[in-house]
Amino acid sequence: MAAAQPLLEVRDLKVHFFTREGVVRAVDGVDYSVNRAETLGIVGESGSGKTVSSLAMLRLVPPPARTVAGQILFDGEDLLTRTPKQMAALRGRHISMIFQNPATSLNPIYSIGAQLTEILTWHEKASRRDAEARAIELLGLVGISDPATRLRQYPHELSGGMRQRIGIARALLCNPSLVLADEPTTALDVTIQAQILELLAELQARFRMSMVLVTHDMGVVARMATRITVMYAGRVCETADAATIFNAPQHPYTRALLESMPRIDHSYAGPARRVLPSIPGRPPNLLNPPSGCRFHDRCPEAQAECRCLLPVETAVAPGHTVSCLRRGSPGIAA
Amino acid sequence: MSALLEVEGLSKSYPVMERRLFRARQRTEIRAVDGVSFSIAAGQTLGLVGESGCGKTTTARAILNLVQPTEGMVRFQGDDIVPIFRQGDRARILAIRRSLQYVFQDPWLSLNPRWTIGETLREPLRVHRPEAPQTWATRVDELLRMVGLEPHHAWRYPHEFSGGQRQRVGIARALAVEPKLLILDEPVSSLDVSVRAQILNLLAELQDRLGLAYLYISHDLSSVRFISTHVAVMYLGKLVEIGEVDEIFSRPRHHYTRALMSAIPVPQPGAAQTRIALQGEVPSALRRPSGCPFHPRCAAALPVCAETEPMLSPPEAGHRTACHNPA
Repeated sequence: MAAAQPLLEVRDLKVHFFTREGVVRAVDGVDYSVNRAETLGIVGESGSGKTVSSLAMLRLVPPPARTVAGQILFDGEDLLTRTPKQMAALRGRHISMIFQNPATSLNPIYSIGAQLTEILTWHEKASRRDAEARAIELLGLVGISDPATRLRQYPHELSGGMRQRIGIARALLCNPSLVLADEPTTALDVTIQAQILELLAELQARFRMSMVLVTHDMGVVARMATRITVMYAGRVCETADAATIFNAPQHPYTRALLESMPRIDHSYAGPARRVLPSIPGRPPNLLNPPSGCRFHDRCPEAQAECRCLLPVETAVAPGHTVSCLRRGSPGIAA
Repeated sequence: MSALLEVEGLSKSYPVMERRLFRARQRTEIRAVDGVSFSIAAGQTLGLVGESGCGKTTTARAILNLVQPTEGMVRFQGDDIVPIFRQGDRARILAIRRSLQYVFQDPWLSLNPRWTIGETLREPLRVHRPEAPQTWATRVDELLRMVGLEPHHAWRYPHEFSGGQRQRVGIARALAVEPKLLILDEPVSSLDVSVRAQILNLLAELQDRLGLAYLYISHDLSSVRFISTHVAVMYLGKLVEIGEVDEIFSRPRHHYTRALMSAIPVPQPGAAQTRIALQGEVPSALRRPSGCPFHPRCAAALPVCAETEPMLSPPEAGHRTACHNPA
């Protein structure tokens, strides 16, 4: 059974922001796991807690936020009990991150080479020459032409797509077992996005690494993810393999989200064309989240019990968990 | 078909000084929009698509003379409005602006944070309907209801609203003076998915109710497919393909359009998507390739593509393409 143990397991994670106005429950009891060599897609709208929960894995939540509860088991060890020094040895080496905006995630005053080799000289005590050779190898791997010259260039000399390739190369330098990619293509144009997604999928298969892909784009997760976790207002609604999420979603939020997107492969011409099924209202303010199920005030299926009981994730099929009282989840008073 | 708005050969170029090592500084120009032509009839929506920097927004701004077009004609209800703007006859300019209104991309930046929503909505009335101030209050109520807000929202400030609500205010402001055509510049791009559908539905409903024409600018092809009756695709300042929405989406002929469409990830896992890989990135507008601007990245490029620039096929074709070797 040892092989079946997931690489990463997040249990009942809570990250709260202690602001002057009060406590914002950005992540409020989240569970998910990432198996070896798979891509877990985390989807949700802004404020659903998807980015904050992935930052928590690296223990990088910014103040005034604090991880207040939970466990993050990486290879069976709880990252939340590690010392800052142990975490520093882990970041970039075993778990690395690809950031959303390649323009701001590279340091503008250091050359590409300096930023890439630093990671190797720090983590692996590599010599400068070895580090450069490895950096050149990875730049070639992420499809950057003439890598030796690029090492001497600065971020402003490169286009957005190239910078993101460098961000990917940087994340892979130490052969990490887990890569967290936070909206890696949101800042890019669609044709460049397609190139980057293709590259990520290829590298992931090649190095058999695990990936957490955080995004709001259902198209991107459909293309990339093995399994998908849908988040809403700091909680997980539903987790299942990709095909199930798209073909047989159970949670009313997942269903509504999928239906509310216009489809490029669907014709809307003709007289009866244009009404998209939309979700009424808007995502809640987490300073004062709705009681009970976070989605109840926008949910078409909500009953009285949804207002007072917080649903707990339950399996409805092997590998498919849903937290909805209408789908048989037990509720806890909250 | 009588077009409400006709754009012909519209161009906007910006002079730039190019500095090169060991050479005198050279005056060149960036052609942000280069000879773009299209028309929009009442009640129709033209979706203008393309990647960042292709000239979509500059086209929209040149139509409204927010940037002065370098060349070309913009006919609105039959009159060429470029000379009217240039002459600066305020009464006539106001008359045009009443009919052509703009909804901005970012509802956080396009509303004055120090004005209540009511003040924001009264402003266009103050400019365009100064003769009847007693009607402003009822009109503001009416506008708020029209976009799905409540009359009491007029007393609130923008920071009290969510992105979706602010975009409703932006739409209400544009509708205040009863325009015939709205230019919508990425109106849903900054909104969350669940709110996007609400705004798209609102736009569709307002169009049917008021008979508006839209110029809908977006890089998001799925929302373009939903809202548009016609689609125009731009690349490096040029119009490369234009036609009816289902024509363009189901039978794209220009290789750039095909690549653009195949690049959109379909929300269906395992969908058999044959992506037409585009090599490299959009070249800088300063170093525009010779001939067809797309030829260095085009898989179907012929020798002629590097030499002669393809012209848009004649308007009778309905579905028009600027390509020597269309699919």
